[in-house]
Amino acid sequence: MNYFSQAIAWIADPANASGPNGVWARSWEHLWYTILAVVLASVIAIPLGYLVGHTGRGRGLVVASSGAARALPTLGVVTLVGLVLGVGLIAPMVALVLLAVPSVLAGAYAGIEAIDPRTVDAARAMGMSEWQILTRVEMPLGLPLLIGGLRSATLQVVATATLAAYVGAGGLGRFLFLGLKTQDYPQMLAAALLVVVLALILEGVFEISERVTARRLHTH
Amino acid sequence: MIRFQDVCKSYPDGTEAVRDFTLEAPTGKTTVLVGSSGCGKTTLLRMVNRMVDPTSGAVWIDDENVADVPPVPLRRRIGYVMQNAGLLPHRKVIDNIATVPLLNGVPKAQAHARAAELMELVGLEARQANRYPDQLSGGQQQRVGVARGLAADPNILLMDEPFGAVDPLVRADLQAELLRIQRELEKTIVFVTHDIAEALALGDQIVILAKGARIAQAGTPQQVVAEPADDFVADFLGLGRGTLDLHLRETPTGTLVVDGHGRPAGRLVEPG
Amino acid sequence: MTWVLNNLELIGSRTLSHLLLAIPAIVASFVLALPLGWVANRYRWSRATLLTAAGLLYAIPSLPLFVVLPSVLGFGVRDRINVIVALTLYGLALMVRSAADALASVGMPVVLSSTALGYSAAGRFFAVELPLAGPVLLAGLRVVSVSTISLVTVSSLLGVDNLGLLFVDGFQRGIIAEVLTGIMATVALALIVDGLLVLAGRALMPWTKARR
Repeated sequence: MNYFSQAIAWIADPANASGPNGVWARSWEHLWYTILAVVLASVIAIPLGYLVGHTGRGRGLVVASSGAARALPTLGVVTLVGLVLGVGLIAPMVALVLLAVPSVLAGAYAGIEAIDPRTVDAARAMGMSEWQILTRVEMPLGLPLLIGGLRSATLQVVATATLAAYVGAGGLGRFLFLGLKTQDYPQMLAAALLVVVLALILEGVFEISERVTARRLHTH
Repeated sequence: MIRFQDVCKSYPDGTEAVRDFTLEAPTGKTTVLVGSSGCGKTTLLRMVNRMVDPTSGAVWIDDENVADVPPVPLRRRIGYVMQNAGLLPHRKVIDNIATVPLLNGVPKAQAHARAAELMELVGLEARQANRYPDQLSGGQQQRVGVARGLAADPNILLMDEPFGAVDPLVRADLQAELLRIQRELEKTIVFVTHDIAEALALGDQIVILAKGARIAQAGTPQQVVAEPADDFVADFLGLGRGTLDLHLRETPTGTLVVDGHGRPAGRLVEPG
Repeated sequence: MTWVLNNLELIGSRTLSHLLLAIPAIVASFVLALPLGWVANRYRWSRATLLTAAGLLYAIPSLPLFVVLPSVLGFGVRDRINVIVALTLYGLALMVRSAADALASVGMPVVLSSTALGYSAAGRFFAVELPLAGPVLLAGLRVVSVSTISLVTVSSLLGVDNLGLLFVDGFQRGIIAEVLTGIMATVALALIVDGLLVLAGRALMPWTKARR
C-alpha cells in the first residue's frame, strides 16, 4: 500500500492543486463532462423511454438496441469518432452519451411499465387524456426508477470519462494518461482516487434525491 | 337511461366477448350484470364510457349515441368505481376524490369542499383526508373509490366488482352503505359482479349472463329467484344445490331459516 | 473491407485472446457472486454493506485498476491474470446485486412449502431456490457478459493483447477501418455470447421462456 500513501501525498501536494492543469480544475472539468453527457443522454432517452413505456410499442426494439449499445466498447467509439471528427470534446462526448443512453432509457420505460396497470386504467376511466395520464400519473410514479437509471448512467459515465483524455480532451483522465506515459504509478492512483471521490459525491446526491422522491410520492 | 342496442364485440384473434346484446338500464335504478368470469360483463360495462368500443351496435345514454361523444369528456361525466379502487398512490385521499372536478376546471378550494362532503357521505372520517391510499384499509380505499366516482356529480355510476377484494364483513357493510347512498342520490348504476348474493342484495334489475354476454334471464331479484328461466339460471343461483332452498325450523328460542343442507342461514323476525 | 481481408489472421488471434480474458472473468464472477448474493439475501446487515461495496467497485475507473493490480498481486503489468482479476471484480460488482435479487425473487410460499416437504437447507437451495432464481440470475449474467466483453478492450491501453489493440493501433496510425473492425468484432462477440447464454437458459430452464 506504499503507492496509496504516495498517491494521497500527490493529491495533497499544493503544487498539483491549482492552475488550469491542477486537481481542482481537472475535477470540475470531469464533473462537467459527466453532467453534460448524462443531460444529453436524458434529452434523447427520456422522451423515447416515455413513448415506449406509455404506448407499450417498440419495447422489443428498444431492449434489443440498448443491449447492443451496452456491448459497444467505449474506447472504440472514442477513437473512431476521434479519427473521423478530430480530437477534442466531441469524440468522448459521443461515446459517453452512447454509454449513458441505455441506462436512462431503461429507467424511463421501466418506471412506467412498473406502475400497476389498474391505476392507469382507473385514470383513463375517470376521463384523463393520454397526455394527462402521462404527466400526472405515469411520470410521477415512474420517477424512482428513472432516478435509478440516471444514477447508474452517471456512475458509468464518471468512471469512463477518464478515456476523454486519450483523444486530447481534459478531465481527470489527464493525470491517468500522463502517469501511464511516465510510469508514474502514484499519479495514476491519485487520478483513480479522485474519480472514486467524485463518484461517491454523485452517489450521495442521488441517494438523497431518491429518498426525497420516495417520501414525496409516498410509495414504499 | 342507458340502452345497449345489438352490441357485439369481437377481437382480431376471433374471440367473441359480446354477441348481439340488447338491454335497457333504467334511470335512477341499479342494474346488476352478474355472471362468471369471462362472460363479457366487464366488457359491456366499459362500453358505456367508451373504454371499449363495440365492433357493431350502439350504446345510448338517453338520446345520445356514446360513439358520437369524444371519450375524455364522456368519461368525466360518468362515475367509475373499480376493484382495488385504482386510487392514485401518490395523491392524498382528498386529492384522489377531487381528481375529476379538478380535471374539469373546478377551483381547488371548491373541489376540496365537495370532496370533504363526499367523504362524509361514504362514511370516511375527516382526518383521513390527508392520508395516502396505502395508509388506509381495503374497505376504506373502496369508500374513497366510491366517493371519487361521485365527485363530479355524474348521473351514471359504473361499478366493476367494486367490493370484490374486501373481506365478507366489510363487503356487507359497503353494500349497505351503497344502498343508503343510492336511496339518497338515485343514480343510474350499472354494477358488475360474479357474486349472486351481492346481485340480489343490490339490484333493482338483475341480468344473469352466460358466455358471450348472452342474457340467460333479466328481471327483478324476486322474479329470478321465484321463476328461474332455465337450468343454467337455477344452477347459477344455487337453487337445487341447497344454498338458496330455504325452509323454517322451530327451535326453543325462535324460528330459524335453514338451507337445504340443514345449515342455519338466518332467523325469522317480524318485519319493521 | 480490404483491411479486414488483409488482416484476417490478426483479427482471429485478437478475438481468441479477447475471449480468453473475458470468459474466465465472466465464469469467476458468476461463481463467486452466488455465495455473496446468498449472504446478502440471508442476513439483513450484510445486504447494504455488500451492495454498496459492489456499487463503489463499479465506480473505479478500469484503467488504473489494470495498472495498480499488478503491484498488489505481484504479477507483471502485462500479465493476463491482472486483467482477469480486474474484470472479475467488475463482474462481481454487477453480479452480486443480481444474485441477491434473484434469490429474493423466489417466493416465500415456495420456500416454506419445500421446507415443509422436508428439504434440508442445503438441499432446498440447490433443488428449489437456485433453479427458481435462474431467470433473474441469467438476466444478470447476460449484463455481466456483455459489459465484460466490452470492458476487456480498455486493457489494450497497457499493451495486453485483445480486440482493443485494434483501436489503439488504428488510432495511432489513423486507420479508420481498423478501429471500426475492432468495434464490430467486439459487439459481434458480445452478442454471440449473449445468444449462447439465452439458448443455454432455455435448455436448462425449460419451464420458462427466456425473456426478450
